[in-house]
Amino acid sequence: MTEAKKKRAATKMVPAPSHGIIPERDLYERPVLEARNLGIDFGGLHAVEDFNLVIGKTEIAGLIGPNGAGKTTVFNLLTKVYQPTMGTILLNGRDTAGMNTAQANKLGIARTFQNIRLFGNMSVEDNVRIGLHNQVRYGMIPGIFRMPGYWRGEREMHERALDLLSIFDMQDLANHQAGSLPYGAQRRLEIVRALATNPSLLLLDEPAAGMNPHETEELMENITKIRDQFHIAILLIEHDMSLVMGICEGICVLNYGKIIAKGTAEEIQNNPVVIEAYLGKRKEN
Amino acid sequence: MKSKKFRANLITYAIVIAAFIACQVLISTGVMTRSLKGQLVPICAYVVMAIALNLTVGISGELSLGHAGFMSVGAFSGIVMSMWLSKGMGLDNKTVVLLAAIITGGVAAGIAGVLIGIPVLRLRGDYLAIVTLAFGEIIRNVINCLYISLDGSKLHVAFNNPNVAGKLLINGPAGATGVSKIATFGMGFALVLFTLFVVLNLIDSRSGRAIMAIRDNRIAAEAMGLNVTKYKMMAFVTSAVLAGMAGALYGLNFSTVAASKFKFDTSILVLVFVVLGGIGNIRGSIISATLLTILPELLRAFANYRMLIYAIVLILVMLATNNPTLRSMVQRIVPQKRGNKKEADEA
Repeated sequence: MTEAKKKRAATKMVPAPSHGIIPERDLYERPVLEARNLGIDFGGLHAVEDFNLVIGKTEIAGLIGPNGAGKTTVFNLLTKVYQPTMGTILLNGRDTAGMNTAQANKLGIARTFQNIRLFGNMSVEDNVRIGLHNQVRYGMIPGIFRMPGYWRGEREMHERALDLLSIFDMQDLANHQAGSLPYGAQRRLEIVRALATNPSLLLLDEPAAGMNPHETEELMENITKIRDQFHIAILLIEHDMSLVMGICEGICVLNYGKIIAKGTAEEIQNNPVVIEAYLGKRKEN
Repeated sequence: MKSKKFRANLITYAIVIAAFIACQVLISTGVMTRSLKGQLVPICAYVVMAIALNLTVGISGELSLGHAGFMSVGAFSGIVMSMWLSKGMGLDNKTVVLLAAIITGGVAAGIAGVLIGIPVLRLRGDYLAIVTLAFGEIIRNVINCLYISLDGSKLHVAFNNPNVAGKLLINGPAGATGVSKIATFGMGFALVLFTLFVVLNLIDSRSGRAIMAIRDNRIAAEAMGLNVTKYKMMAFVTSAVLAGMAGALYGLNFSTVAASKFKFDTSILVLVFVVLGGIGNIRGSIISATLLTILPELLRAFANYRMLIYAIVLILVMLATNNPTLRSMVQRIVPQKRGNKKEADEA
């Protein structure tokens, strides 16, 4: 067992406590994410308005809504790809105003992308090493002149990368070119790469897109496993309702850039507004 | 993967060392012509330039059209340093003077790289290309009105005023005159090896991976917490330093060096080396820089048609390397090239 694995086994505790499902939550512990009145305009179009969301530690939350509702825009706001035109985002209690994406990542927010954005020409392991960039550090000079720092850093990166890849049993693919992996494996690699940045909040943008039902089932298990092992909060966008209803402790429904409902899976399924806007389609079937 | 990369790097080093040994044999047996012998140091300088520019264009993915500017900064600062050391300080050891000149050239170009990098690398798109192009021209114009003289062991610097005390080292538009030609092929070879060592090791380290990740997918790289400006700067300044070193070597190979030697044409020439050698392909840069520097010399016999033939060769090489039939033939012979084809198709 490697060092990191041992550490993770040691921190593996009782099933993660859920800190208040979305509407009335237990905020004794500081929430991982607090978005207050978040909004962004694209030239007069209110893409997202009055977005309020609190995510507690180790909570799995879902963000759903019809196409074009603004779900990915919310992700882009939270990760500072877009600067919000109004509202504040608190990440682990710290205001992210004026930060860029990289700084937000260092504060503990990591994400995957709807249209996969791997470093396709690099090996699977190198992709994870990029994720470990701020976790294992050595400078440019030790890198060029192969000083002890280089060998130590590279060895640590190698071990941690393989360790992270083992979450999805991908350690055997470490030397494959990332772009040549099958679609499902690329999605999983993106999750591993995001986890490598040691986040406290992981954003997954349609993690099950393009996966078959069997793979989706496996993914659901793995998402829960990741939460329990790493003790992180997860917010995911997904269209696959079996996944969302299956693992999300709190669900937030977005339509036309506004939150129309928040609650547990059951509450959402029975909410007439949601049914009208979104799940109504499912009833017709 | 690791060992494959390592082997590829070894082959690159081996090619350079073999070429050096072959040249030494040719020189000692007297087979090499005088004109070709005179080309050896410029070839080394251009090879270093090509590798340096490949770091910016190929590895970091930013188009720089002003690398001759860095070469120019390196050449003139290197010349001034060498003259000051040898004439002003009375240092006789040529190797030490040359080494000091090359390091000075690298440092000066590095400073210039930081100065333009700070404003430009924060921008996106083609701004870098435009500003570096302008930078190359500005450097040329500045040196055209720069007068530096050596008075005992003191240096005087003046603009637009040739009446400075002492012996003029850099004489405005006439450039540096009376330079002692201390550049040697041995030092050129050492510089090529050093450049290769720096660039190949940089690529295969934490910083190099970050640079390539930013090139491949900036948004994803930022989301992984990479500081885009820092790594773009790192690649750009390293490239500038190496170009400055090449410039110092190049400058000290001639008795007169004028700023007009480092024009826009020179930047484009080096870019041609990089493009023909394969963007991001270090070994290709070395080979194309060598061949394309020798080619005009070999064609000297057809003086009138020289540039014509040169142009035709360039076009033919470009057609051949982009020919799908030829490419698929190569892929059948060398299976690992298949990955490259996919890239080309996507691009």
